[in-house]
Amino acid sequence: MTNRSPSPIVLLGTRFLSPYIMVFGFYVIFHGHYSPGGGFQGGTLLAAALLLIRIASGTKLAQLQFKDYLARPLAAFGVFIYFGTGLLALLMGGYFLDYGELPIPGLEPAYLRYWGILIIEIGVGLTVMTVLTLIYDNMVKGEDYA
Amino acid sequence: MLDFFMGHYAYWFTIILLAIGLYGMLIKKNLVKKIIGLSIFQAGVILFFVSVAMKNGATVPVKADNLPVSEVSNYLNALPHTLMLTAIVVGVATLGVAFALMINIYNRYGTLNEEELLDKIQ
Amino acid sequence: MIIAFTLLLLFAASDLPFRGDPDNQMNQEVSMTGTPVPGNYYIQEAYHDAHTPNIVTVILGDYRAIDTLGEQIVIFTAGLITFLLLRNRKEGEEDDE
Repeated sequence: MTNRSPSPIVLLGTRFLSPYIMVFGFYVIFHGHYSPGGGFQGGTLLAAALLLIRIASGTKLAQLQFKDYLARPLAAFGVFIYFGTGLLALLMGGYFLDYGELPIPGLEPAYLRYWGILIIEIGVGLTVMTVLTLIYDNMVKGEDYA
Repeated sequence: MLDFFMGHYAYWFTIILLAIGLYGMLIKKNLVKKIIGLSIFQAGVILFFVSVAMKNGATVPVKADNLPVSEVSNYLNALPHTLMLTAIVVGVATLGVAFALMINIYNRYGTLNEEELLDKIQ
Repeated sequence: MIIAFTLLLLFAASDLPFRGDPDNQMNQEVSMTGTPVPGNYYIQEAYHDAHTPNIVTVILGDYRAIDTLGEQIVIFTAGLITFLLLRNRKEGEEDDE
């Protein structure tokens, strides 16, 4: 797969396009409170930006953008962000995933919920992005052995 | 009669999608085609849920300043949207699992046809 | 059998309420058995509870947060399963050789 020399037009086009897709993905995650969007959609867009480079220039060259072995720890870290937020609220005396009890000083419970939702959406986006990349990488690896 | 048609045609399209998906899953012998049928079936279910959430004269469930929240008929029902949002991404992930299994089957038996596969297993 | 399935679904769909009718049972204040319907509560109280205009985000992240945690764990597990399936095969082959 990586033996074939990729066309320079395709390479340059994807290199031009990928950062903009990534910025749009971050916009969708962080602006999800005011417009349609959120962790799942933004994570999928980020994964699209990574997979575009992977498909166009081969897996070996794409290691410069996002390392192969980073996918699994980051996916686990996304789940940990979500679960840790819930556990922190539990430890501070609320229910599990009750953001009104998060220990951020100087905010009303409603705004605490606002920030809590933002934090868990970052976790969701991280997990979705890395898992989609992980699936693609492993499939390419399995195909090379076929 | 026209009212009945205009109120129900979305359901009929989803039923057509469900029938195509079931046909793909039951009749086709190739495992990849079965997975495509499964995906079409899933798309039918998702479209059904989203079309159920429709309200005439309502807008997307994002609060706007000129539409009061207390008037429920201003906004679409947000609950099916939420459920389907997660269902789509989970569907993609399970599709990845299905294709990983299929790569393993192909590497081991060298075929994806169901009948040949049954012969080789026995 | 598929034709029978389709006809059964078409028969069932003829009893469904009209699409887009604001007076559907799903959009009423209380259900047939007298319990409150969640869809209306979410629309009315979401901005007051979390100061977030997007109602879908509030339901996803706040009211149904444990559900979303489950979905995320499903995605994570799916990624791990693909990894394990395709890695085990590689090592097994090395053992055979």
